[in-house]
Amino acid sequence: MASVPRLCLLLSIIPTILILCADFACCNTGRKTGDGLDTDFSGFSVPLEHSFEVDDVSRFRMRGALQLRGGRETSVSLSQSQLSEEDRNTLKEVAAVDGLYKIRVPRVSLTDRQTERQMDGYLTAFVRACSLVESHLSDVITLHTDVSGYLIGVSIVTIPGACRGTEVEDEVDLEAFNTTLTIIPPTNAPQPETALFIERMDIEHEKRGKPQEQKSFFAKYATSEDRHFGDATARVLIQFRGAY
Amino acid sequence: MKSSVKMAKLTSLFVISLSFFCISEAVFEDQVGKFDWRQQYVGKTLFAHFESNTQSSKKMFVATDKNIFASFNSRTGDLLWRHVDKTGPEGSIDILLLHGQDALMVVGDGRLLRSWDTNIGGLNWEAVLDTGSFQAACFVAIQDTVKLVAVLKKAALSLHYLSNGHQKWVENLPDSDAVQYQAVYSGGEEEVYVLGVVPNSHLTIIAYSLEDGEIIKQRSVEASWLSSVESSCVVVGQGVLMCVDPATLALYTLPIQAEETPEFSQILLQSLDLEVSPGFQPVLVSSQPHPARSPLSEFFLQLGPDHHVLLQLNADGYTIAPLRDFQPAFLVSFATTGKKTVAAVMTPKNETACAINLFSVDSGRRLLDTTVLFPLELNGGKPHALYVHAFLKKDDSVGYRVLVQTQDHALTFIQQPGRVVWTREEALADVVTMEMVDLPLTGTQAELEGEFGKKADGLFPMVLKRLSSQVTLLQAWLAHLWKLFYEARKPRGQVKNEVTIETLSRDEFNLQKMMVMVTASGKLFGIDSKSGSILWKHYLENVQPNAAFKLIVQRTTAHFPHPPQCTLLIKDKDTGLATLHVFNPIFGRKSHIALPALPRPILQSLLLPVIDQDYAKVLLLVDDQYKVTAFPSTKNVLQQLQEMASSIFFYLIRSDQGNLSGFRLRKDLSTERIWEVVLPTEVQKIVAVKGKRPNEHVHSQGRVMGDRSVLYKYLNPNLLAVVTESTDTHPERAFVGVFLVDGVTGRIIHEAVQRKARGPVHFVHSENWVVYEYWNTKSRRNEFSVLELFEGTELYNSTVFSSLDRPHLPQVLQQTYIFPSPITTMEATLTEKGITSRHLLVGLPSGAILSLPKMFLDPRRPEVVTEHSREENLIPYAPEMPIRTEWFINYNQTVARVKGIYTAPSGLESTCLVVAYGLDIYQTRVYPSKQFDVLKDDYDYVLISSVLFALFFATMISKRLAQVKLLNRAWR
Repeated sequence: MASVPRLCLLLSIIPTILILCADFACCNTGRKTGDGLDTDFSGFSVPLEHSFEVDDVSRFRMRGALQLRGGRETSVSLSQSQLSEEDRNTLKEVAAVDGLYKIRVPRVSLTDRQTERQMDGYLTAFVRACSLVESHLSDVITLHTDVSGYLIGVSIVTIPGACRGTEVEDEVDLEAFNTTLTIIPPTNAPQPETALFIERMDIEHEKRGKPQEQKSFFAKYATSEDRHFGDATARVLIQFRGAY
Repeated sequence: MKSSVKMAKLTSLFVISLSFFCISEAVFEDQVGKFDWRQQYVGKTLFAHFESNTQSSKKMFVATDKNIFASFNSRTGDLLWRHVDKTGPEGSIDILLLHGQDALMVVGDGRLLRSWDTNIGGLNWEAVLDTGSFQAACFVAIQDTVKLVAVLKKAALSLHYLSNGHQKWVENLPDSDAVQYQAVYSGGEEEVYVLGVVPNSHLTIIAYSLEDGEIIKQRSVEASWLSSVESSCVVVGQGVLMCVDPATLALYTLPIQAEETPEFSQILLQSLDLEVSPGFQPVLVSSQPHPARSPLSEFFLQLGPDHHVLLQLNADGYTIAPLRDFQPAFLVSFATTGKKTVAAVMTPKNETACAINLFSVDSGRRLLDTTVLFPLELNGGKPHALYVHAFLKKDDSVGYRVLVQTQDHALTFIQQPGRVVWTREEALADVVTMEMVDLPLTGTQAELEGEFGKKADGLFPMVLKRLSSQVTLLQAWLAHLWKLFYEARKPRGQVKNEVTIETLSRDEFNLQKMMVMVTASGKLFGIDSKSGSILWKHYLENVQPNAAFKLIVQRTTAHFPHPPQCTLLIKDKDTGLATLHVFNPIFGRKSHIALPALPRPILQSLLLPVIDQDYAKVLLLVDDQYKVTAFPSTKNVLQQLQEMASSIFFYLIRSDQGNLSGFRLRKDLSTERIWEVVLPTEVQKIVAVKGKRPNEHVHSQGRVMGDRSVLYKYLNPNLLAVVTESTDTHPERAFVGVFLVDGVTGRIIHEAVQRKARGPVHFVHSENWVVYEYWNTKSRRNEFSVLELFEGTELYNSTVFSSLDRPHLPQVLQQTYIFPSPITTMEATLTEKGITSRHLLVGLPSGAILSLPKMFLDPRRPEVVTEHSREENLIPYAPEMPIRTEWFINYNQTVARVKGIYTAPSGLESTCLVVAYGLDIYQTRVYPSKQFDVLKDDYDYVLISSVLFALFFATMISKRLAQVKLLNRAWR
């Protein structure tokens, strides 16, 4: 009886700590995950929240803190706490009714200007709760940025991604996330490869033989005429030979 | 030495492979017009004139809202010539005046003055006018011959010679800030008058000398009731300005040329026993038959939507005598021939026709034997304008032909005594969207189909039924034979192959289809794709001019006996409110299905593959509160939706906020938001989103590479291509963004940025590729880029594709090419099974349609030719995309202002039906991999059958001979 309120208390404390940490941008309390933590203090941190409810009404709670570093080399890392027992149970229940596991991050800009870093709204993504459970909480979270460093989208997939209905027996499997985190900037689309093509053409020309030296018009005409004439006679000869 | 030989071999191979790919696809001369047709349109008529007033004249001239000046043959309705000017306000035609052989036109809000030779449609001259918005123009006569044209601008009046366009003089109008000059009048005197108004204060009349532009007189007349000269005043009789005031319900007259300070004299409508319909703004119509003479003293006053009165201004200049009251009368028009002027009046006759009569202008008497009947179509527009071509017959009586323009932009030309000579459906100049629907089976085919559809009811009845249907088949075949025999006896030219709505049936290869076209004016057309003849039309009234349309085929023809069903979603762009129009695409008839109430603005519509018990696909409409309405919404459908709810996802895109979000359907038809991607609008704005076509088939899952391994395509049916343009338009910083987003999970599959690029972006999204075209701001050229997505050499899950279970991102390959022409639209070919190779159909501004093989847009084209790439038939990379003239599928049949290309598969795998629309409509067939499943037209049946017979007999004979030989040997 007594353990339940205590647990609730604990639960309510964890997010607050995390939010505090987020504010100070130096959170390193959670489990070390995937990418390894970058403890650069020039970065900043935003909350990563998640929601999984049996009735599918989103109630986002803190899952961890994303350490973002903008500038030339954008990097990202994540510190997150373990799932509590209650969360584990909810997650399993949600998985049983084929509910969704949603995550969200606030819209931020990775540029250095601190003042206009945060914008309204969130970026949301989801994955089926059952696949998260069956993959033993191994997920891949990808953050996408646009050309000017704004976060524009987040995506979450689990590996493996399928729901086969296998029971997850071991409670330990659902305690900690095994997250792979990446941040993907836009790729530059290629331009037409004119330089390479011209180079290749030049090489081909060279291989084919030296380009003919500049001749006078008359000389060029005369020689080509000659050659044609020669060709024609040769062909006629061949034909004659063929006939007899 | 050895290497050079090898090189030569390589190059020769290269040349051979190239020539192999560049299969010629040009049309042979004898194929012209065999599988293709073109129809040319001009748009909604703004001005129409007839050539001259003789009975034999054939030409008429129109200027339209599509900035087109054209001439029709009035006997056939065919275009004689057509001038297509720039789109938009730059080319808009302000006025068209006709005098003799010259057609005068002011273009682009007073930018240019043009004179055309009406005989051949050539430009006589063009004069650039001073800046200032156009107000009015009129011909000016000197000593009874028309020599000048006066153009009134907001602040200046200029006179130009009719012969060469040179300016005679230009004068600034006094006090043009306060006075709105709106009319210019010349009655053949030595002056030209400009009328301006200070609204609700006074009228200004200025008389300019024709000779040097000097102001002769300038008067100001108190007129506190007058707000606009243009809308409420006309000049009648000997230069008397006649105005109507809707507030006091009175006519005002004022002699323009009067010497002393004039004043308006008022005539109350009540004193003439006239009454204006409540809420109606009365309109005056006058006529000036010849610019060198003053206008007629008779004029029309419109008092209500269908009430006109013919009035006459008496010689004293301020009393009015009513001549005749026309009620009901929709339209009135004056027409002059020689010295006679008549008035044509259109009155409703019954529900299916209107009658047009001529009346003598002087007396108001009806002229005998001048009634013409104008047939009113059941689902057509109401008459909108009347253009009368009057002429003197040999017996000196007045004859006439009449051109009626209806609200649906159709032009109908009628001859006495009521014969419709031709009709032009000018609404087709602005096709918004279209679909192609299979034609129904013939009665007998349907009979057979129906037999299988029904429930079994015992063995014996089924046998009987089978027998009876076989008998009907036999009957149909015999009838067909008889028809063949009968027609064979007739000379060839007489055999008519006219398509009517009754004889419509699917052909062997499903090459003939019904084109359902939706036009901006709200008129729907059903057009036979083989001949281009319009089989049905339906005008939807009350469609807002800025409405958006979406045409959805809910049930195809495949579900006999249920009729096919199309639904048109019409959305008002301002309010977002939508209405549905459900109809049968084959006959155009409106269907009487109960429509759902749509009280809220509609954001998105999606057609589900779910079908109801009547085989109609379910259409879901999402309103602004994210509630979903299903149509049809029977119990069966709702139950199915409840079962499937968790697997129905949809997306919404708000380009003004840069927001893409995904939703999942709940069991109670509400929705929950499940993902959100936001592209900040400060950086880039979403310009277009395209999914894949739902009827697209992909035959092969992968590509066999040179080393015999397979590269699997990433075939995500839920993939969306989102194209953005940067808000920064500086050529160095501008970019075009291409996002590939999964529409179910919101996952950004790929994000590419084309630097130094600007729109307009045209793109096609199909199979596993996206092709887009943009403007390179740095190199100042158009470029094509192709993105292809591959899963790699192994498939993640080869049986089924699920967006929810595809954790690995695809490999993305991209290549860019230079394209030597701007383009206006782009579409990909589509075939039945997707075996045929794909081509891109590119509409060029020149009106040509280019069929570009997709093979040239392949990101795997190698820089350096290798053994493997040759094995795969990859063309070596070349930065420039060629345009070969034999790739133009419409040879010289250019499609002006091509706006869209529609492709549809036919029953033949090799053949894709293509419709290009814009100002013109062009229909043809393309064979991207040539006609591999069809024998050629000139296939030598005689030769092949004679060879076959010869071989057959040869075998028979040799067999016989062999037998004899064997027998002989046995005897030996």
